[in-house]
Amino acid sequence: AGPGAGAEAGSEFVWSACTVNCGSRCPLRLEVKDGTILRVLPDDTGSDELGDQQVRACVRGRAIRHRIYNPDRLKKPMKRKPGTKRGEEQWETISWDQALDEIADKMKDIKAKHGNESIYINYGTGTLGSTMARSWPPERTAFARLMNTWGGYLDHYSDYSTTQITAAYPYFYGGWQSSNSFDDARNARLQVMFGNNPLETRMSGGGHTFVSQQIKRDHGVRTIIIDPRYSETAAVIGDEWVPLRPGTDAALIAGMIHVMLAENLHDQAFLDRYCVGFDEHTLPEGAPAHGSYRSYVEGAGPDGIAKTPEWASAITGIPAARIVQLARDIAGAKPCAITQGWGPQRHANGENTARAIFMLACVTGNIGIPGGGTGGREGSAGLSIVTPFNDGLKNPSNKIISVFSWLDAVEHGEKMDTFNAGVCEKPAPGVRAAKVPVDAEGNPTNTRLETPIKMVWQYSGNSVVNQTGDNNLSVEMLQDDTLAELIVVCDIQYTVSARYADYILPGTSAAEEDDIHPGENGGPMAYGIVSSQAIEPLYECRNIYDICTDLAKRLGTEAAFTEGKSREQWLRDTIAASRVKDPKLPDYDTWKSQGMYRRNAGPSIAMAKYRSDPDANPLPTPSGKIEIYSGRLAAMAKAWEFGVFRPKLPGDQLTALPEYVDSWESGEAARDSDQHPLQVIGHHYKGRTHSTYGNVDWLQEAHPQTAWLNNLDAAARGIANGDEVFVFNDRGTVKLQARVTERIMPGVVSIPQGAWYDPKPASAVAPPPGANKDKPVDVAGSVNSLTSLHPSPLAKGNAVHTTLAQVVKS
Amino acid sequence: MAENFTQAGAQYGFYFDQTLCTGCKACQVSCVDKHDLPTGVLWRRVAEYSGGTWRVDGTTATPSIFTYYSSVACNHCENPICMQVCPTTAMTRRDDGTVYVDDSKCVGCRYCEWACPYGAPQFNADTGHMTKCDLCHDYRSEGKAPACVSGCPSRALDFGPIEELRRAHGTEAGIAPLPNPAITEPHLVITPHRNAQPWDNATGHIANPGEL
Repeated sequence: AGPGAGAEAGSEFVWSACTVNCGSRCPLRLEVKDGTILRVLPDDTGSDELGDQQVRACVRGRAIRHRIYNPDRLKKPMKRKPGTKRGEEQWETISWDQALDEIADKMKDIKAKHGNESIYINYGTGTLGSTMARSWPPERTAFARLMNTWGGYLDHYSDYSTTQITAAYPYFYGGWQSSNSFDDARNARLQVMFGNNPLETRMSGGGHTFVSQQIKRDHGVRTIIIDPRYSETAAVIGDEWVPLRPGTDAALIAGMIHVMLAENLHDQAFLDRYCVGFDEHTLPEGAPAHGSYRSYVEGAGPDGIAKTPEWASAITGIPAARIVQLARDIAGAKPCAITQGWGPQRHANGENTARAIFMLACVTGNIGIPGGGTGGREGSAGLSIVTPFNDGLKNPSNKIISVFSWLDAVEHGEKMDTFNAGVCEKPAPGVRAAKVPVDAEGNPTNTRLETPIKMVWQYSGNSVVNQTGDNNLSVEMLQDDTLAELIVVCDIQYTVSARYADYILPGTSAAEEDDIHPGENGGPMAYGIVSSQAIEPLYECRNIYDICTDLAKRLGTEAAFTEGKSREQWLRDTIAASRVKDPKLPDYDTWKSQGMYRRNAGPSIAMAKYRSDPDANPLPTPSGKIEIYSGRLAAMAKAWEFGVFRPKLPGDQLTALPEYVDSWESGEAARDSDQHPLQVIGHHYKGRTHSTYGNVDWLQEAHPQTAWLNNLDAAARGIANGDEVFVFNDRGTVKLQARVTERIMPGVVSIPQGAWYDPKPASAVAPPPGANKDKPVDVAGSVNSLTSLHPSPLAKGNAVHTTLAQVVKS
Repeated sequence: MAENFTQAGAQYGFYFDQTLCTGCKACQVSCVDKHDLPTGVLWRRVAEYSGGTWRVDGTTATPSIFTYYSSVACNHCENPICMQVCPTTAMTRRDDGTVYVDDSKCVGCRYCEWACPYGAPQFNADTGHMTKCDLCHDYRSEGKAPACVSGCPSRALDFGPIEELRRAHGTEAGIAPLPNPAITEPHLVITPHRNAQPWDNATGHIANPGEL
């Protein structure tokens, strides 16, 4: 604190943070005078060498002043007017006492009638990387702690970012395995990124944008980007760009492995020692003959098709000669750092795509070595922050559903089970992960929900409507308030999700609170931020600890919830407990005054122990090895039921191998469709973190919402850059500006995800010919007005990049 | 007291490492926040320049395309055309070489905006005056970098006396879509992107004209 250069006379600087779900975590220095934030300044501490870098906020963090002081800020508690429907936006302003009294009474009623598992905490990542104010992971939020004092709640597994890859990991590596950190790519001869785009999805100037750029600049590692879109990562650090049809990565990999086997470029010794199921001789007991990946690729498997480069070319859209060259390049570069972002897995066949990319790292022998990687996403150093407030109490409920299936659980409830809907058990009490229950022989068994969801709690998140699939259908399902009887949204902005709530509670921003923020994805640098309250809470806004404390009073569990501690005491306890584990950490007061704490922890090499001694360090898979063929998936494939709540569609299947599965609304389906011939994906956008910051004028000006359309597709439709267009399918229509560009593959449209759904009835904005006249036109261009609620087969995840549509000029 | 970056005769300018620019516009928004500019007034803007072609052959498609960004503010030119056309002498050069608008003289006629090949002077309808980058004179006077420079997540921007920048980084300033540097002799040095095209022989197009 204290006056600084270029500051207004009498102002002071306060350490704060940007706490959104971008995969980075940036400190902000707020210039404050007379109780008002005047300016936002970047981190200016550290030597700025890699490992001690300044964590400079991205464009969004620098715009936070207009997020804090936003016309959409919620000011007072609000209640949906009795007799109106959700989404009609008829609100009554009420007092905090009335709001909390009514919510508590309704919660007691729901609990008495339906039990604790009818109360659901929805996914929300609008306040990520905080401690007291955190909105994710759900089991570590203030409201989860409150529910743990009151009998528990229904949990969800995974998250909207990674549903398919999270589900794929256990069946391949036994659990989540990051890849090597980006700073280790200095040791690579080649860096290959499948749908990985750190320059847009990790935008912090102390995070992976900085780390990957520094490594590229200083070490020149050759970099190939495989992506349907010429991302900023491709434009800035990519030496080569290989565009492919969305959702076809597993076909590309099969085609490349065909080349590697034919030319003996693969690492057979690694596959024999560390993996099962690549070859017939390493298949597990009980697997069918010709069930290996080699058989699949060479045409000896059940489909009898050799996965030649020509076969892969027809699916991926990449010329066969390019696939051959790519295979030789990847197999020939020793070592090769292969990573994937999370776009490739956010598809109907995303679980297999994720596993196929892991497998490529195995076939080329790059696991557990410097310069190599696992085919997962890059890792990073971090501090171990111990959080007694967030982890002190356990949820007694042992049931868990997929993050994406909550609307199904509202509608279908106790009809949902493991086989038809991915209802799982937790592997241990309080552990938020999915375990398919098994019998004594290890075969999958069924568990089912006991009750439908009756209450949805949404804190600092926008997944009620907007950040889940199919906005229009979601609204239709939620407007029946005999199903979900109570929806409570606590946020700082009047979000799209708030629009569909029954009660809205106005929360505080990080600038209005003290908190602790572990760093994220700083490459070799581990860091953390202790922030200070810069301004008084605006309007009647209250922080989530106080809100939950007052709810706990009404539910009779205040003592268990607070343990008699103030918010500040919990923060002090957090640092004290962390210092027991890591005595090098500064004490709370020191850390608070310095804001940032950092240390260079060096590069991370994933799975190094397993590589060095696989017998002493077995993986938590049934075989202890990497499972290219999964016997568990083979068994589950026999039990899994599709078509119970939604029609069974192509691609609704589990496979033991990471093979390419064609699916509903795939690239191949697009080519066969006259009605909806374009594949729609939704890239992460520089002006928003998902939907957060989506209502900030400076960012809308810098990064307007547009639909990316290849110039050839545009010309065929008479569309010029900047024209207004409709993008539509049977689920919905959006209207927005076209960005006609060379930077996306022909046949593919990308609508940056996260714009705030703004449906207009057909009477106000007429849908174009060919569009569904019964659906509104979303004039904000939210991509989820086009995406589906159809879940992926294993993860029951959001396959939102599996979407077909048509584009016409408005 | 820290160094003072408003030294007489220093002839300050900008350095831009185009190889690092991601088009994120943290520079633009840092500037807007620092100077509290209304929407529509941008002292620093970022142009996307893209081009190239696709070859479609049956079911396959092969790109031969490029993209790069240019972050541009006022270049505090050696030959500031804005000063020459200003009918009221409001456009003024400080003795450190930077150009600023003297509000007491500016009548908002917008001649400077039309004349500047970089579009640097911007009309603020709220005040009725022209406004532009002054290289954060207040920050520099207290030894701090301009807001855009310290704000760049990719470390693509720097500033300093132009001759020092040219010694360190060369003399390139004529990358498309920027104009012929001979017009105003900008105090600007660019390390070009690998696909950068010269101002007088360029094949691409500005991809984001509505954002500039």
